[in-house]
Amino acid sequence: MVDEQVVIIGAGMSGLAAGIRLAHFGKHVLIVEKHRIPGGLNSYYWRNGRRMDVGLHAVTNYVPVGRKQAPLPKLLSQLRLAREELDLCPQRWSEIRFPGCTLRFSNDIELLFSDVRDRFPGQVDRLRRLTQHVEAFDDKRLDVEPGSARQVLREYLSEPLLAEMILCPVMYYGCAREHDMEFVHFATTYKSIFCEGLARPRDGVQRFIGALVKRYKAAGGQLRLGDGVARLDVHGGRVRGVRLESGEELPCDLVFSCAGYYETMRLCSDVKEPPAAADLGRLSVIEAISILDRPPADFGLDAAVVFFNDAEQFPYACPSGPVETGSGVICCPNNFERHEDLPEGVIRSTALARYEDWAGLGDEEYARAKREWCERLSTRVESFAPGFREHVLDSDLFTPRTIHRFTGRLNGALYGAPQKLRDGRTRLDNLFICGTDQGLVGIVGALLSGIWMANLHVLARS
Amino acid sequence: MGEQRIRQIVLDIISLVAPDADLSNVRDEVPLREQLELDSMDFLDIVMELRKRYRIEVPKEDYPKLASLASCVAYLGPQLQGHA
Ligand SMILES: Cc1cc2nc3c(=O)[nH]c(=O)nc-3n(C[C@H](O)[C@H](O)[C@H](O)COP(=O)(O)OP(=O)(O)OC[C@H]3O[C@@H](n4cnc5c(N)ncnc54)[C@H](O)[C@@H]3O)c2cc1C
Repeated sequence: MVDEQVVIIGAGMSGLAAGIRLAHFGKHVLIVEKHRIPGGLNSYYWRNGRRMDVGLHAVTNYVPVGRKQAPLPKLLSQLRLAREELDLCPQRWSEIRFPGCTLRFSNDIELLFSDVRDRFPGQVDRLRRLTQHVEAFDDKRLDVEPGSARQVLREYLSEPLLAEMILCPVMYYGCAREHDMEFVHFATTYKSIFCEGLARPRDGVQRFIGALVKRYKAAGGQLRLGDGVARLDVHGGRVRGVRLESGEELPCDLVFSCAGYYETMRLCSDVKEPPAAADLGRLSVIEAISILDRPPADFGLDAAVVFFNDAEQFPYACPSGPVETGSGVICCPNNFERHEDLPEGVIRSTALARYEDWAGLGDEEYARAKREWCERLSTRVESFAPGFREHVLDSDLFTPRTIHRFTGRLNGALYGAPQKLRDGRTRLDNLFICGTDQGLVGIVGALLSGIWMANLHVLARS
Repeated sequence: MGEQRIRQIVLDIISLVAPDADLSNVRDEVPLREQLELDSMDFLDIVMELRKRYRIEVPKEDYPKLASLASCVAYLGPQLQGHA
């Protein structure tokens, strides 16, 4: 059916990707985005005349031109985007720092292997075998068996510290569950970081979003910003129409949503029960952005991304207070190739945070808590970049509350619900979930999810 | 429409779907998948582009007929008649 009316809830990465696919092949697509700027968790805003990116450390899955069978070239061709449009600059290298041990990795996995050979005698061949196992694992199947990443790591690596260090970046970049990771998600994320690699669009996330929106519009898609979907009218197991916050009612044949599974189901007109608390994701973050008058390398921070953890065990759980500064991720955009001429230095630091401690604060308390935790996180980062705080021109902090406010994610759960819907289906015949709650986290993951769901439920079917 | 023209139409679509593929010496009789590392996603796109550009419907059971350039030409030839 060429004349199908498709409504997509949210102009997140996955919504835009699904929109491009469907519009390109002749569907009438309308993306409805609550916020005035598209991009969702990965967006940007203006502050004191500077453009600040939200949620962009690095784009995973980077492979150089010429490597064909990989997710990045696949998604570019599926979206009919030219690689140049994203202007991706590879990282120089990144680091995993645990007490007394640092491992570097770059977009050539041999650097990781060589550091592992030096630091963990006898483990490198084991890590190579783990890598082969991960690469051979078919993570694209719909019907994967559940499995524990920790258990697989124990089978392959006999040095627990190494296993914890490998888990650290992989969980930060792709795990919606506390403590352990579903093996299929581990495999996807491990490949995306270690076997492929990290990069950054030269002009930040705006570049990405701009390219996607342009492509979407060129394919005939329509985008409505600043108006949310308020309700899905459900009759007989199908969505019959959507009602917007502006009051407008639109008929539709198909609905895709990147707003999250529970967040979307709450919009259904036939729902009375709120979701059970245990089903909702709890993992959220704060992120501090510091703008410096010189590059971070001047303070010894010369890695693109540093994943740190202060104990030998990597806990990865919702903290028991507002923020857990004992582990986190630090990213320096200046440390990607072709970024030498950025006018200012930037350090972005992220740590796990607990939504409930931020949600209930009054305005003044909230402002105070932001200042306090920005300070505490900076103190932590200072151990990696001594003296940087005297050179801060501006800083900002966003919190679980910011994530909730700008994306509607319950609990500010940036990784979504712990249980993923692998096929994107819901109890309604014509409502599909894409993005974070379908299973793939991260920019590339979300884009692939949108493509995959559009193909599976619409294009391959017709 | 001549065979060369149909061949070119198919190659044009492949270059859109798999821009990294080397199309400089595709052999007519050898399955495209073997020569060009096309996967099922690419195949879906070839079918979808044929529909979008030339309004040709290729039902699932006919996908094997698109396996090689030669079989594409044979299969699409009659359907492309009428397109300049
Ligand atoms: C601090 C931080 C750092 C990150 N760092 C990285 C990184 O370095 N690399 C990386 O790859 N990924 C990173 N991510 C993750 C990445 O941003 C997300 O995984 C990805 O953007 C998720 O996309 P999505 O399509 O699932 O949906 P989302 O981005 O969640 O988009 C959902 C959209 O739906 C809209 N919406 C919600 N409800 C409604 C409604 N009722 N009506 C209309 N619209 C609605 C929201 O406004 C939002 O725009 C980071 C995220 C954060 C927060």
